[in-house]
Amino acid sequence: MATKRQEQTKLIEKLSKRKDKDGQCHFQKPEIEKLIMMFNKYVEGSPHNKLDRLKFRDLLHDMFGMTDDILMDRVFRAYDRDNDNFLNHDEWVMGLSIFLRGTLEEKTKFCFNVYDLNGDGYISREEMFQLLKNSLIKQPTEEDPDEGIKEMVELVLKKMDHDHDSRLSYADFESTVKEESLLLEAFGPCLPSPEKRQAFLNLISEDYHHKY
Amino acid sequence: MGQALQRAAQWTSAKGGSGGKLEFTKLNEELLNTIIQWIEGFGAKYPEEAKLSFKSPLTWPSSLRADMLSGAGYTERGEEVVSEAQNDKGDHPLLVLKKSGAQEYMISIMNLEYAEAVLRMASEKKLSEVRSCLEANRDPVVNMLGERFATVEGDDNSIFRFIEEITKEIETLAKQSVNAENEGNTEKQAEIEMKKTQLKLRLQLLRLDQQLLNQSIISITKDVRLTPVSVDGEVSILKDLSGEDDDKCVLDSIEYFGDGYVFKNGCRAQPWRQLHGDICYLVVKPHDGDTMYITANTSGYYLNNGLDPMKAGDLKYTKVGDSYKDLVTLLKDKSPRFGELIDKQEFALKVRDRDHDHVIDHGGETRSYTEEDDFTHRTDTKRQEKKDKDQKEDKQKQNATKKKKLSPSLKWKALGMEEYNEDEKKDKEKRILRKKRTPTQLKSKTPMGAEDSFSESSTESEEEEESIERRSETNADLPSEYWQIQKLVKYLKGGNQTATIIALCSMRDFNLAQETCQLAIRDVGGLEVLINLLDTEEIKCKIGSLKILKEISRNTQIRRAIADLGGLQTMVKILRDLDKDLKCLAAETIANVAKFRRARRTVRQHGGIKKLVGLLDCPNVQGTLTPDMEKDVEVARCGALALWSCSKSKKNKEAMRKAGAIPLLAKLLKSTHENMLIPVVGTLQECASEPSYRLAIRTEGMIEDLVKNLNSSNQELQMHCASAIFKCAEEKETRDLVRQYGGLDPLVALLANNSNKELLAAATGAIWKCSISAENVKRFQELKAIDLLVALLNDQPEEVLVNVVGALGELAKDPPNRAQIRKAGGISPLVNLLTGTNQALLVNVTKAVGQCAEEQDNMAIIDKLDGVRLLWSLLKNHNPEVQASAAWAICPCIENAKDAGEMVRSFVGGLELIVSLLKSENKEVLASVCAAIANIAKDEENLAVITDHGVVPMLARLTNTTDDKLRRHLAEAIARCCNWGNNRVAFGREKAVAPLVRYLKSSDEMVHRSTARALFQLSKDPENCITMHEAGAVQPLMKMVGSVDEDLQEAAAGCIGNIRRLALANEKARYS
Repeated sequence: MATKRQEQTKLIEKLSKRKDKDGQCHFQKPEIEKLIMMFNKYVEGSPHNKLDRLKFRDLLHDMFGMTDDILMDRVFRAYDRDNDNFLNHDEWVMGLSIFLRGTLEEKTKFCFNVYDLNGDGYISREEMFQLLKNSLIKQPTEEDPDEGIKEMVELVLKKMDHDHDSRLSYADFESTVKEESLLLEAFGPCLPSPEKRQAFLNLISEDYHHKY
Repeated sequence: MGQALQRAAQWTSAKGGSGGKLEFTKLNEELLNTIIQWIEGFGAKYPEEAKLSFKSPLTWPSSLRADMLSGAGYTERGEEVVSEAQNDKGDHPLLVLKKSGAQEYMISIMNLEYAEAVLRMASEKKLSEVRSCLEANRDPVVNMLGERFATVEGDDNSIFRFIEEITKEIETLAKQSVNAENEGNTEKQAEIEMKKTQLKLRLQLLRLDQQLLNQSIISITKDVRLTPVSVDGEVSILKDLSGEDDDKCVLDSIEYFGDGYVFKNGCRAQPWRQLHGDICYLVVKPHDGDTMYITANTSGYYLNNGLDPMKAGDLKYTKVGDSYKDLVTLLKDKSPRFGELIDKQEFALKVRDRDHDHVIDHGGETRSYTEEDDFTHRTDTKRQEKKDKDQKEDKQKQNATKKKKLSPSLKWKALGMEEYNEDEKKDKEKRILRKKRTPTQLKSKTPMGAEDSFSESSTESEEEEESIERRSETNADLPSEYWQIQKLVKYLKGGNQTATIIALCSMRDFNLAQETCQLAIRDVGGLEVLINLLDTEEIKCKIGSLKILKEISRNTQIRRAIADLGGLQTMVKILRDLDKDLKCLAAETIANVAKFRRARRTVRQHGGIKKLVGLLDCPNVQGTLTPDMEKDVEVARCGALALWSCSKSKKNKEAMRKAGAIPLLAKLLKSTHENMLIPVVGTLQECASEPSYRLAIRTEGMIEDLVKNLNSSNQELQMHCASAIFKCAEEKETRDLVRQYGGLDPLVALLANNSNKELLAAATGAIWKCSISAENVKRFQELKAIDLLVALLNDQPEEVLVNVVGALGELAKDPPNRAQIRKAGGISPLVNLLTGTNQALLVNVTKAVGQCAEEQDNMAIIDKLDGVRLLWSLLKNHNPEVQASAAWAICPCIENAKDAGEMVRSFVGGLELIVSLLKSENKEVLASVCAAIANIAKDEENLAVITDHGVVPMLARLTNTTDDKLRRHLAEAIARCCNWGNNRVAFGREKAVAPLVRYLKSSDEMVHRSTARALFQLSKDPENCITMHEAGAVQPLMKMVGSVDEDLQEAAAGCIGNIRRLALANEKARYS
């Protein structure tokens, strides 16, 4: 028991000081502790003490009101840095750090990773089409129901593809977002809304728990 | 009764193969009671039918016990108790009670008589008896009368067939009976009789069935079950009416409980709770009492146990207290304050909504009109095609909306709701409005109070005309942007939030400053969508939409359209949002839209002023700022921008003051950022037209900051500062403060700025007002302001000229400045300006010329330029102010001109004109004309002329005035006019003397002096002396003899002398 506790303290210490290429952790120690407690609660009983995709998806849905399955899977991928299909403590805390407190740059990177479905460093026409295909109400009388989506894709390219190579590189995406922050989540919601964000932060903040 | 039981009665769903049960509901109970009543009375009314045996027995588990079947007619038969009576075939007893378990009995009966008997025996348990009977026999009619009468869906003509059968049998029987009589006939006869009874019973049952159905319909209609739509409707109405304001809002707040997710069926409760009929949960905070947690169940609204302390985000769902049919009734019951408020709510909000609807309709019409017009140049066939396409599109649109309702995506949550709430809202509105039905449309068209339009700067009619013209122009041919924008608007309408944001951002890539794009957005219905987006929950959509609205609202037509579509109301609401970017954008857009009166009024009426003033409150404006603080400053800046626009209406200024804008503006004025200072100073200068603001600006120490910013490098800011000083310097204290803070120097420095006319006008205005104080005049002398001002007399717009000339007029009150003006060459341009038409300018010019004419040398120039003739002709001006100031200016001219008498005579009809002005009703005109007449009368010939024109009776008529200024000049004129012919006697005859004596009681020394002079002149006529003596003139005159004023002394003494002399002469005559 004691070792476990020590282990946890060490982990918290490590996380709070973390500052590497993936960015730094934006949480205070007590918050990290809360997050890890939360994590432990979720993974209770599952093998390796790791969070699997389905549980994470439920969590995204319950906590942050996300509904789009594709995007939720992609968000999981973005969290899962070592690509082992599970989230460990580290990935959980660091992921939430960006999710909740990330700088614009971190969030831009995060969103780009989410939208880059095949992970090749570019968002291609096909990926855009895939992401946007449910964004318009289909009109049954239209000859080609996908036409609207295709036009949307063209609009996006016109707006964001600065080097005119018919796909979005990270540089394209980043410069567009810098110019117009509304386009951060250009291909679907993958970050929590301000209210949900605040609600979650309240949940892990010290004061809140003292009060209730 | 079959139909009623199948359709109306409420059965539980079948469980465990045991068949359905009748639910314990009110409706079922009523049905059962009716059936019981029917059975109980049946035997007595229709004995034959009651005795009719059933085809098969009705059997059900009964609560009756064997021992209850006591008395005659029943026998025990082993496990069973049976009735002695048998059915008509004689093979089955009419009642059998059989033991089926330890305490369980099955009962079966064969006719209605026994049914009645069973009920009698069951006494208080008869209800459960009937219930279990019906549960066991879902279609009792089949048992009673056979399969042929089974309840079927659709047309049931079994009865008709039965009737036919009977009649046929009767017919055959009749035939047979004609042929021969045999025994079979009697049997047949009995059979027919039985069938007839059967038919009668069937008809009775049918009647019962109908009765039951009717009854259930009545109770079903009474029991309206809640649906998600109706709940949302009620909640959204109450939401609109709730807020912090204790007086106006019925509730503090009303919110949905939970994460706000709406299921496809419209419910918000979790699915497992939906199984219990829960639709959603509400958190209601009334003004009195604690927060209530309310469950909206399909059966009604009721309170639940509130938050579950064990599970966060969950409720204790147990029902507390009664359920209510609607939310309002529940709240009325729980919160007395709510009841009070809901009764007296004024529902201003509703009025707005109706207005809004109306406008939307209107917009729709005009749009379709223009759309068709667009195609006028095309051939008819194409037009037809287009129409067909339009229709198709319409259908698609309808489909789209239908679809929207079926599957509300997250984004359309708020919108969709609004859609289907509309009807309900309207209903409620109608109900409420019936009480106070003010035709809002009419109201908005009636002109505002005179005082409101006083301070308006934009003229509405002008703008409106312009918009009509433009519209016809743009129809000519459509640019490509039009079609692209149309497509984007299509995506806005039919996309989820992601598509919406992409469309919004793409739309911003168009040149929104260009009118074609602005109008294209309006014409394709984009404004409606943009404004609707503001009502959603999606903050990004709101931001994107506002960014566009902010740009396009620079166009006057778009402004109007936004206001017509109710956009201002929504934006005012957004001002309370937590997001600062959003607040900024909303305020900036309001600043653009509120450029015309109706919009400003709308902002005020929806509490926008208060919220905008609230935005001004930012903690820190100076020093280095964190990004967060910068945001606050930005919010304040946008708030000031919006207030600036709004402050053009008088009532808004008042509202701003009440909302505490002044100290906040004073604080912001300390800022060092130009883009903050401009709207702040702009607002201040707009408001400085109100005395209350002027006082506040002085007392809050804002003059110092205004002066400081005069030195800014930004001309716009300088202009607003100068303009604020211009308006504030009406008061002496302010003028002194401007001097003390060194504001006169920068003002004079601004005169060098010849290119910016607005700035020049403001600066010269400030100089004009400041030069009213003598100390300031000294400083201006030192700064050589006169030379600069005189230089501005040429080639300037009238706004500048008015102020320049005004300033020169004020400065010329100091004698050295008059010479300075002459030396600078200012006389000639001033005289030239006398030919102008601008009233304000003429008033100032005449004043200035009058001041200059005080000096002999100047007068010579004026005379040479024929300035007096020009002044004289201004007496014909319609504006009394101009008349008065011209007459005042004429006085020094006559005084100082050489050969003035000749000059005056040379003006043809001039003397007649000036005498006729004595008929004026304006006191200032009268006083000035009297002063002029006093001067004219110095010349004897002229005096003779004006006497001929009847000046004496006209002056005499004015003597009853109480105005000291008029008294003074009137007495002066009378004194001068006495010097001709028998004018003295004439004044006495016109009863001018006694009123003049009363002037001696005035507190004004100047009045005394001129009055004493007039009395002295008049006392040369003995009759007048008597009148004076009678009026008690001697005593005050005696006092005036002791005055320090020599003129007065002399005149008073002379007057007394004359009176005394008359008395002496009188005595002498008597004694000699």
